[in-house]
Amino acid sequence: MELLVAIIIGVLTCSAVFLILRARTFAVMLGLTMLSYAVNLFIFASGGLKMGAGAVLKATEDYADPLPQALVLTAIVIGFAMTAFLVVLSIRARADLGNDHVDGKLPVAKNTRQGASS
Amino acid sequence: MNHLIILPILWPLLVALLTMLPPFDQNLLLRRCLSVGGSAVLVLLSVLLVLQSSDTPAQLYQLGNWPAPFGISLLLDQVSSLMLCLTSVLALAASLYASSGEDENGPFFHALLHFQVMGINGAFLTADLFNLFVFFEVLLIASYSLLIHGGGKAKTKAAVHYVILNLVGSAMFLFALALIYGASGTLNMLDLGTKVATLSDTQLQLLQAAVALLLVVFGLKAAVMPLHFWLGNAYSSASPAVAALFAIMTKVGIYSLLRVFAMVLQDAGFVADWVFPVLWWTGLLTIVMGVLGVLASEDLRKMASYLVIVSVGSLVAILSLGTAEAIQALLYYLVHSTLATAALFLLADLIANQRGKAGDRLVNGRKMAQPVLLGTAFIVVALSVVGMPPFSGFIGKLLLLQAVPQGSTMLWYWSFLLGSSLMLLIALSRAGSILFWQVSGSDVEARLAGRRRASALLLLVIASPLLSLFAGPLTAWCQAAAAQLQQIATLSPGAF
Repeated sequence: MELLVAIIIGVLTCSAVFLILRARTFAVMLGLTMLSYAVNLFIFASGGLKMGAGAVLKATEDYADPLPQALVLTAIVIGFAMTAFLVVLSIRARADLGNDHVDGKLPVAKNTRQGASS
Repeated sequence: MNHLIILPILWPLLVALLTMLPPFDQNLLLRRCLSVGGSAVLVLLSVLLVLQSSDTPAQLYQLGNWPAPFGISLLLDQVSSLMLCLTSVLALAASLYASSGEDENGPFFHALLHFQVMGINGAFLTADLFNLFVFFEVLLIASYSLLIHGGGKAKTKAAVHYVILNLVGSAMFLFALALIYGASGTLNMLDLGTKVATLSDTQLQLLQAAVALLLVVFGLKAAVMPLHFWLGNAYSSASPAVAALFAIMTKVGIYSLLRVFAMVLQDAGFVADWVFPVLWWTGLLTIVMGVLGVLASEDLRKMASYLVIVSVGSLVAILSLGTAEAIQALLYYLVHSTLATAALFLLADLIANQRGKAGDRLVNGRKMAQPVLLGTAFIVVALSVVGMPPFSGFIGKLLLLQAVPQGSTMLWYWSFLLGSSLMLLIALSRAGSILFWQVSGSDVEARLAGRRRASALLLLVIASPLLSLFAGPLTAWCQAAAAQLQQIATLSPGAF
């Protein structure tokens, strides 16, 4: 199971890095969301992975580490708020700057026509 | 327990919430009074905490009275009380300055300002790494909104970069925290400090990976060399009161570096092996990049932003020495450089308002309407930033130079710091003579610095002569703070 979780986190992170390095805000946003998924899984795994262990103390002798669960909850909430902010900011940037490039202007060599029209 | 410790977090939160409630939400005058008054109370509160921390040992505050490694702890020692005091002075100046009209551009300016102060204060007080992350996010989300306060293309563009970079930084911070928890089983700073010595080799390797990530995160916040590119645009496009408050933001990064590497992990072998050398060289290179930026700046606001980077470089390099003298010098210089750069941001706006279309760009412009006030302030701030006597920069740089041990370290640091001072002298005297002396055209109606904006500026400018006037007691105090910081690390949370 450790291997499976590790591979999932790795694939998520790789895709996230790839998407963040795109130059359009929408792709970057998706990448950041994926990165936060990867982070959340990673925090969850930091307490050690257990099969069939109780989530509640005292219910069973064998229970999963509760602290990472609390941490991951906080991280999810904060990540959600930050993503929401970035969505609004990206829409604002699209309106203010006339395109969705992260630098606010399209590279001239490739998209000459789009660049001129914006 | 001393409940005063948590007030620097609760008070700004309360003020921020009140500004959004009736009758304050409809009445701008009341809102301004509340905001400035709230900051003034915060100054008094932090002075009280400084006095309290200087004659008692460090105090730990357990939220909800949960025992130490499990509950969240706040730590009040001399270093954190000093930072709280610095923040509250900046908040007072920023709220006062913004009250002269800047806050009309958006309804929630004062609320955001106090939320930001809450986040900064929390980051300074907390003794728990995860809690540090939470307060980072609080101060960041407030700063995102403050950065685009007023709107406009330049701000939006800078904000997109700033927000994306910081979101990546937050994700890396979480990776680091999970690694630290996985390796050591604790996130409490004091608990971690005592547990480091007992870790096995595998656990230490995990911890080092986490530390490398933390270096990147704090380096991004502090704008250390390869991670400093966001700062120039973000700070120079922000509105002046916001930029003045942001002067403390890079210092939050430096403070976190100080807490984690000079306090928590000071006895871990790998810190001396590779963390400090990395900080040393990147710090020196940051000075170079900052100086290049200052020399190339086309306007005063950009110049002030790059001056922030120069001071960050000097501080990070001295931090990497890790000795008590180095931390003492760092604390004094940190206070000086924060206040001086904040003053320069306000000054740049005042100058820009009186030069017509030329603004704060370094080109010929109209004669200023209040040359005496602005000129005097500029001279004091410029001399202070460069490090000329009799102002605080001189003493700060002297302390930095003295803290470096003899040998090759001294050769590197002295030449970089003194060389940078010379370059700053050149850049600032060029800027000053263009702005104040190369005047052309006729006088027109200028926006005069009113009482509020002038007093906000004076509050920050006067700090420089005061810091050098009371340099004796202050340096002694910083010395005690540095000794206390190094001694706390050896205590377990139960020892309080």
